[in-house]
Amino acid sequence: MTSAVQAKPQILKPWAGRLVKSETITGYGLISPAVFLMLLLLAYPFVLAVYISLTDRVLGEPGKFISLRNFIKLLQDSLFRQTVWNSFIYTVSTVFLKMTLGIILAVLLNQEIPHRNLVRGALLLPWIVPTSLSVLTWLWMFDSLFSVVNYILLALGLISKKIPWLGDPFWAMVSIITVNTWRGLPFFAISLLAGLMTIPKELYEAAETDGARGFRKFWHITLPLLQPVIAVVVLFSTIWTFADFQIVYILTHGGPINATQIFATMAYDVALVAGRIGEGSAISLFLFPALLVVIFLMLRYLRRD
Amino acid sequence: MKRKTLRKIKRIFGLYLPLAAFLFFALFPFYWMLLSSFKSNPELYNLRAKRLWIQKPTLEQFQELFKKTAILHWLWNSFFVSFLTAFISMTLGVMAGYALARLKFPGAEAFGLATFITYLVPTTLIFIPLASVVQSLGLSNSIWSLVVTYPTFLIPFCTWMLIAYFKSIPKEMEECAMIDGCSRIGAMVRIVLPMAIPGVVFSTMFSFTLSWNEFVYALTFISSTTHKTMSVAVPTELIRGDAYFWGELMAASLLGSVPVALLYSFFMDYFISGLTAGALKG
Repeated sequence: MTSAVQAKPQILKPWAGRLVKSETITGYGLISPAVFLMLLLLAYPFVLAVYISLTDRVLGEPGKFISLRNFIKLLQDSLFRQTVWNSFIYTVSTVFLKMTLGIILAVLLNQEIPHRNLVRGALLLPWIVPTSLSVLTWLWMFDSLFSVVNYILLALGLISKKIPWLGDPFWAMVSIITVNTWRGLPFFAISLLAGLMTIPKELYEAAETDGARGFRKFWHITLPLLQPVIAVVVLFSTIWTFADFQIVYILTHGGPINATQIFATMAYDVALVAGRIGEGSAISLFLFPALLVVIFLMLRYLRRD
Repeated sequence: MKRKTLRKIKRIFGLYLPLAAFLFFALFPFYWMLLSSFKSNPELYNLRAKRLWIQKPTLEQFQELFKKTAILHWLWNSFFVSFLTAFISMTLGVMAGYALARLKFPGAEAFGLATFITYLVPTTLIFIPLASVVQSLGLSNSIWSLVVTYPTFLIPFCTWMLIAYFKSIPKEMEECAMIDGCSRIGAMVRIVLPMAIPGVVFSTMFSFTLSWNEFVYALTFISSTTHKTMSVAVPTELIRGDAYFWGELMAASLLGSVPVALLYSFFMDYFISGLTAGALKG
């Protein structure tokens, strides 16, 4: 036994030096296709985005360098300021809703329930199905004349007259927030459930013998131990929601009167519908600071673990 | 006895009722999609009918869809693009993931970090300049534009996922194989890859789903009807001006949703374990 352990380094030694060199070559060889693709279709377009945003390029014309004028113009534009505000409202409220409801749902799913896997699978469905198609269903559910949501709410006596879901600035914002929450909730619930399952049962038993009950157990044990998962999930969701496009594009197209216009939909309208590519790129680039903040926080968080 | 009924009541109000509410919220849109796609137009737009049920199920909407639209093209395009991009991303992801998890070379850590950061980059940040890159590659208005661009968000995901899986496999296994004369790549393919199958299956499936569902790039790069994928074709081709054919729209949405729902129901256990593993490791 001991001789075998001692013998091992002697076998390793002769080719260990060669291995280090060949590992470098093999390593670069293995990552190079991926790196090439990412450089060409992710890094280069990003550099290009910065360049284009500094020009007055329009569709069909290369445009000329105008330094920061696109950004200055945008910051003075009341429509753009409204877009910034809308994006914040949309992101903050959906992330808050998804987190709160996600924690509740995860706690429910962590208990003994019949057909547990089926229930979990069913709850994940909104996250799996193509968003553009499920949002079309929501568009139909919010239809001004045939809204089934109104039909149900009226039948239950919860409202006394129809709600103009997509026709009114306030309700349109409520609609996109509802649909985004509907779509993103499964991701929160399942991730948080995974976090919950790692909390040892003994902790709760110990707390119970000390006289802690329902909510206090949740507050003093569940929440602190769930914190790392909550942080990661919230950061992911924040950047995804901030940069969201399809829910708003399909449901309201930014309307009514730009009440639900957010960064990505405005960038699309300005660059590809109106053809002002330089200005559109500048709008997209406003997502970058948000991305940087998320990356910074995420790295700091992951390093600490 | 009394305590038992009390506990039962508590369970109903504290568990079953809230869970039922969540299930209703999650599933009602799908019920409505299903219902609407099997109703005839008169029934669909009759406000006096029992709207939450169906009187006469009919395949009218599907027949119209296949007769009038290029839906078979769209379905095929979605399959083609999703299958190919999932395969490409998985292959490149396995290679990069293995290198970053196992091999020591200068810059390996920086590349690992870069993988994670690129995974966070939203498509809406770069879709405008990417359109001109796609154009200069001669790929605009072709599904090949999607085949080359989708891996940019799939590879980071696959790589990140697989790094975690590869790291959980003991190093000794491949070292033994290598002492027995296996090459590095041979050890990776014969020893490590088979042990990482759950991770590979999950990443491939998830990549397929992400491709199938992608919207922004497909909307930006492709304009011809027959080159579109399901996720973009249905909302752009079936809505003309102010005319909404809800029956057809819902039937098409159903057809676009079923493939991923099926795929996912077959592999649900992989899916949930992969997702939870990802959440813990990510």
